[in-house]
Amino acid sequence: MTTTESPDILRRILDYSARADPYPLYSELRETPVALQEDGSYVISTYRELTGILHDPHLSSDVRNLSRPMAAAEARTTPSFINLDPPEHDRLRRLAMRHFGPPHTPGLVTGMEPDLTATVSGLIDDFADKQQIDIVEDFAYPFPVTVICHLLGVPREDEPQFHVWVNAIIDSLDYDPKTDPKEKLDNGMQATTDLREYLGGLLEQRHGRPGDDLLTRLANDDGPDGRMTDDEIVSTANLLLIAGHETTVNLITNGMLTLLRHPQVLQRLRDEPDLIVPLVEELLRYEPPVHIIPWRAAYSDITVADTVIPKGSQIMLMLASGSRDPDRFHDPDRFDPDRQDNQHLGFGSGIHLCFGGPLARLETQIALTELVRRLNRPRLVADPPPYRPSPILRGPIHLHIEQS
Amino acid sequence: MTSADTLKGFKRDGRVVIVGASLAGLRAAEALRDEGFTGSLTMIGDELGEPYDRPPLSKQVLTGWVPAGGTTLPRRRDINAEWLLGVPADGLDLATNHVHLADGREVPFDRVLISTGVRARPWFVEAEAALDGVFVVRTREDADGLQRALAAGPSRVLVIGAGFTGSEIASICRERDIPVTVAELASAPLVGALGAVIGDVAADMQRAHGVDLRCGVKVTQLEGDAQGRFHRAHFDDGSTIDADVAVVALGGIRNTEWLRDSGLAAGPWGIACDTGCRALDLNGLITDDIFVAGDVARCPNPIYEYRLISLEHWVNAVEQAQVAAHNMVSAQADRWPHLSIPTFWSIQFGVNIKSVGVPTFADEVVVTQGSVPDHRFVAAYGYQGRVTAAVSFNNAKWLDHYRQLIETAAPFPPPCPTPDEPVDAKPVPVDFPGPTLLAQGATVVVTGHDPSERRVTAAWQHR
Repeated sequence: MTTTESPDILRRILDYSARADPYPLYSELRETPVALQEDGSYVISTYRELTGILHDPHLSSDVRNLSRPMAAAEARTTPSFINLDPPEHDRLRRLAMRHFGPPHTPGLVTGMEPDLTATVSGLIDDFADKQQIDIVEDFAYPFPVTVICHLLGVPREDEPQFHVWVNAIIDSLDYDPKTDPKEKLDNGMQATTDLREYLGGLLEQRHGRPGDDLLTRLANDDGPDGRMTDDEIVSTANLLLIAGHETTVNLITNGMLTLLRHPQVLQRLRDEPDLIVPLVEELLRYEPPVHIIPWRAAYSDITVADTVIPKGSQIMLMLASGSRDPDRFHDPDRFDPDRQDNQHLGFGSGIHLCFGGPLARLETQIALTELVRRLNRPRLVADPPPYRPSPILRGPIHLHIEQS
Repeated sequence: MTSADTLKGFKRDGRVVIVGASLAGLRAAEALRDEGFTGSLTMIGDELGEPYDRPPLSKQVLTGWVPAGGTTLPRRRDINAEWLLGVPADGLDLATNHVHLADGREVPFDRVLISTGVRARPWFVEAEAALDGVFVVRTREDADGLQRALAAGPSRVLVIGAGFTGSEIASICRERDIPVTVAELASAPLVGALGAVIGDVAADMQRAHGVDLRCGVKVTQLEGDAQGRFHRAHFDDGSTIDADVAVVALGGIRNTEWLRDSGLAAGPWGIACDTGCRALDLNGLITDDIFVAGDVARCPNPIYEYRLISLEHWVNAVEQAQVAAHNMVSAQADRWPHLSIPTFWSIQFGVNIKSVGVPTFADEVVVTQGSVPDHRFVAAYGYQGRVTAAVSFNNAKWLDHYRQLIETAAPFPPPCPTPDEPVDAKPVPVDFPGPTLLAQGATVVVTGHDPSERRVTAAWQHR
């Protein structure tokens, strides 16, 4: 099962030249479901093995359980729950979920629907008459940013400021000391510090004040688990701010791209708006916004597909590859919004299952429905479009379209 | 005509009768149509109305959140069936392939699926069971009646039996701020299903939520007032308690009496079948046209030494229905075995309890993850050094991993540490109640001497 032949495939996947279409390389990678790399890390790329390890309590999300320290900037700060294990992960996620979803806050996401629709309509109004549109700049980026700012209680007008920080942080996620300039890492670390200071500043004003935004509610929580420390609130807000828009922008953009590449499906969506629900699920499988969980750690020896991954090993999880695994999905490279059995890995699985998934779903459903409804015979200007650098959070940096 | 032609003919215009129109019956009917069965389909059920879902009856219906009538099962497809509802089946004639109904009608079939399920075990004194304020919870009407009684604000509710249903009902009472006494013959709640270690956790949970929990006691009498209203219960230790509502939650009785003369291996323990859901006859020989699914089925599980196991689990009903339906319309070589690992869930006292495997098939148990005092943990069950089950309290997302451990006969206790393993984790005896709490009387006798004469007959025919 394990060979060392595949490092070359992984390098080709991470290389920018593969960004527009990494799927043939994923297919090659899956020939070795658990692939040992030259640096001692393991890459897992098949569906069964991915779901198995995502539910394995021996898999750690805490960088301190790696036998070799990490280079990436996120390793140097107070971890948010995405980078923690139980029981700390559970406590912090529970504290955050109290204000976001059931059982304590049911109906929050559903209740956002009118606001989301209004935001989407406003953005489309601004470009409805234009012939040339950049779906990313004009729509898919500003929409989720507006939503997450409102939800968190971060002033929308500060976006130009934190946009730069978030970009630097995302860029540093796949920092490789062998090939990347050290500046890439330094920029990421500086941006992490700056963003945390900024969020800390906002938080200071929220203590003892009433308000419905997440920062205020976290700052004044008095539930059975107590309250997060300020440091924990900043880490949580940091996570939700980044994850809350850097992923959704890709999902919406990938969605529009996929629809433009499948004009019959686009026409069907115009005629049958209810198709959007299974369509977004298929999108999460077919063109997901998060392709890779770049690292997890073996807390103790983990056996996957007859391979023993030793304690302390770094493990890379190729989620987007798993969602295209022909051993799990019939005709996996076909975009089929009618697909019945679609337990994709678009939001991951297990205890780290995407926190904001319900919101991302609704945002994307509304965004694509309205775009398709209001654009007049849209067509792609360039296929493939230019992509963002990251192989982890993968999506177009611009999506230029023309309409009549 | 080849057997392939026969099968094709059966799929095209054969006659399937499903006895028992609840979850297993409905899902089997849908699966039959999915499989391309275009013949006639008859659904027989003793209850009137559409098939409905039972788990909410002891949960959301009792809180008043969901009306009892709002539990109708969603239809996954049109099944184009003839529905014979409101009359129970009272016999099965395998010589002529007919189902007899209690009103005298006879329904012919080529293949039949038995999914008659379980009914609530009633209070053992009929006159006391008939008192106003005495309930069981199995049907929609039961739940509706109890919900109304709870809404009327009783001074106290007595729950007799602290299995899953009884414990869930006690939890609802506390949620509605109604004083509740729970009486359990065993040493703790849930002990019969999960053993003494987890039973102690369940007892803590109940007491922490203000339940007056009395274990190791037996209710001997339900006393009514002059108007025939229940008002007092007597215990075997001589004590009494005053309450307005008594809920009898003493488990179920499998609906097999109607098969008494059928020649099938049917009894209080269910209807024995193979992993393909084909019924066994009284001699333990496989039948070909009689299938069984759901609570009433007693099916071997290879993982557990091929023991015959009956499971009153929602998921089991769904999965067996799928397998039974597939096998009803498939040739021998294409048939599927029902080989899934059992799972079930319960919600009580704010805790989501979920289990995988068969916890009663174990000699030891160990807490592998989380914290017992916080009621957030996973416990693994082991039998002779391998993992056979796991139960989680507010930690269900890990159970898929334990299912894999069970399927692969992984060593017990699990050898590798996890990030939130309790510091003092060590296996302890699982401690289930002895056979006296579980025993049934003899159901069959064997007669004859020569191998060709050896036969099983039902015990009642020899009394």
